[in-house]
Amino acid sequence: MEPIKKFTGKTIHLPHTDVDTDQIIPARYLKVTDKKGLGEVVFYDWRYDADGNPNPEFLLNKPHAQGATILVAGHNFGCGSSREHAPWALQGFGFQAIVSTQFADIFRNNSLKNGLLPIVVDKATHEQLLDLAVEDPDLQLEVDLETQTLTLPDGRRVEFPIDSFSKECLLNGVDELGYLMRQTGAIEEYERKNKK
Amino acid sequence: MTPRTLFEKIWDAHVVSQAEGAPAILYIDLQLVHEVTSPQAFTELRNRGIKVRRPDRTVATVDHSIPTYDRSLPIQDALAAKQLDIMYANARDFDIRIYDRMSDKQGIVHVIGPELGLTQPGMTIVCGDSHTSTHGAFGTLAFGIGTSEVAMVLATQTLLQRKPKTMNVRVEGTLANGVTAKDIILALIAKIGVDGGTGHAVEYSGSAIRAQTMEGRMTICNMSIEGGARAGMIAPDETTFNYVAGREFAPRGAEWDAAVARWKQLPTDDGAQYDAIVELDANALEPMITYGNNPGMGIPITARVPDPDALGDVHQKAALRKALQYMDLQPGKSLLGHPVNVVFIGSCTNSRIGDLRLAANVMKGKRVAENVRVLVVPGSQQVKRQAEQEGLDKIFREAGAEWREAGCSMCIAMNSDQLEPGQYCVSTSNRNFEGRQGKGGRTFLASPMTAVATAIHGVVTDPRSILS
Ligand code: SF4
Repeated sequence: MEPIKKFTGKTIHLPHTDVDTDQIIPARYLKVTDKKGLGEVVFYDWRYDADGNPNPEFLLNKPHAQGATILVAGHNFGCGSSREHAPWALQGFGFQAIVSTQFADIFRNNSLKNGLLPIVVDKATHEQLLDLAVEDPDLQLEVDLETQTLTLPDGRRVEFPIDSFSKECLLNGVDELGYLMRQTGAIEEYERKNKK
Repeated sequence: MTPRTLFEKIWDAHVVSQAEGAPAILYIDLQLVHEVTSPQAFTELRNRGIKVRRPDRTVATVDHSIPTYDRSLPIQDALAAKQLDIMYANARDFDIRIYDRMSDKQGIVHVIGPELGLTQPGMTIVCGDSHTSTHGAFGTLAFGIGTSEVAMVLATQTLLQRKPKTMNVRVEGTLANGVTAKDIILALIAKIGVDGGTGHAVEYSGSAIRAQTMEGRMTICNMSIEGGARAGMIAPDETTFNYVAGREFAPRGAEWDAAVARWKQLPTDDGAQYDAIVELDANALEPMITYGNNPGMGIPITARVPDPDALGDVHQKAALRKALQYMDLQPGKSLLGHPVNVVFIGSCTNSRIGDLRLAANVMKGKRVAENVRVLVVPGSQQVKRQAEQEGLDKIFREAGAEWREAGCSMCIAMNSDQLEPGQYCVSTSNRNFEGRQGKGGRTFLASPMTAVATAIHGVVTDPRSILS
């Protein structure tokens, strides 16, 4: 995993609440056996009509959305299925961070494991960000993971929470599988003691 | 000793280590694997030259993308066929037990685990599938994980986990005739919302839960994730032990006695505290049905579709408006009498033998309405055989329903079992998200009884109207 520290990115908004992972990537695109090309099918059924033509009304098809790296999403983003294809597809489109008032548990975990930063803000800040994104199609936000802050264009800084372990992993690009592999001694000991 | 909940007892017994500020390293007793969320995990192991640590604690099957037509016919979908081949190759190369498409024990992963006796009280169970919560019905801590985590468990039999909070859902009372386990869970999700359980492990208790069969309990735990909770659990009791006893992987003889003695220690101690408590009155429940595009958008079947204008929160209002537009429904109207094109009886929520018996009982001697396609998809090959021995398949076939091979089928529409755009379906599955049963398809979630009543009349029907 690439370390994340600080980045500034074009920010777009998708205000719908309870966006489920079936919308982020419909199940029929889960027949892949690698992670390639998923950015092309992210939000497929909202992005393309029945004939496969782009729906010009949908956010990701708008000119200003191209090159966006931060998505301000509605409450409870990523609910439903555990498919990790959802963060893979969002990253495939170019997103590096998602901002919401709450993420579904599994989506949040999956995102952290792939270096897609889930940023939780309070309701008032969230509303403000949505308004800003409406007013300014070229909204840029700065994300600083080290200081856990989001900087708005007017210079205002908003802090966001993240647990220290996840933060360390993201900042240093720690590979959790490698971390667990190094615990083999403790795991063997547990298995022996508990007759597993 | 401080009184502990069922969840806390299982959690404590599985913590390998817990460093300050870091998540716990949690031991996993059983990992179930399927074709859709595992290929990239095995690739990760191959790339790093790692073996599966405990093939004996890993069991695979194929369910999501397989067709449910005659098993002797080849798979037409090349991508699905390739995914199955990769699953078989991974199982072979990593020495994992697999119930493949031709196996007489194949089935939906959450149906076969309990059916084979792999699922046992007190265990930690994971699968790359959010409905792993199903297994919690046996008093296990079972939850869905992503593919990166599938790789971690394959490699180390452990996971990094933060301890969730606990929630107790108490359901007291007696269900009226025509009201089932499915209605309990749909009513709960309508009450707490699709994010109500986020961050929590839910324990269901109360007389209405105790009165459920294991299958009813599985239906309830299955949909915990639809309320945002990763895990749902029910304390094991005689009903649980009787279900597990004698199954293929269940302990036997002296080992069985020792196991039951251990399992009896699992229920929550008197005085143990939960972080949240929710109560539901079973006496007041009616058959439930959903009208929108998340499982929280549900109402008693006699109620009316809510009006977005009556909602305060702008985002909730917008969500409801969007759902009603997608579903092409009017606020203030009842769903009763709404025409449907398809009825789907299946999925890890409602495809076990008990569900099929219930459905067949209502279907017996009747015909499904003209122009309604009815699919009955057993959850496993064992369920299918059992149903056939009991003649249930004949009841369904004679009524005009399709009797298919086991798999996820129209719950997820990864194979050719799909709704067409605009079609309405009453479904016993667990998700009514846009396009879940096929692009443009519209889902009403309900119980198997409601599904059969609707199949017979061709319009959404209160199952109580056809019960004698
Ligand atoms: S039946 Fe549906 S919900 Fe259950 S495992 Fe299969 S796809 Fe998932």
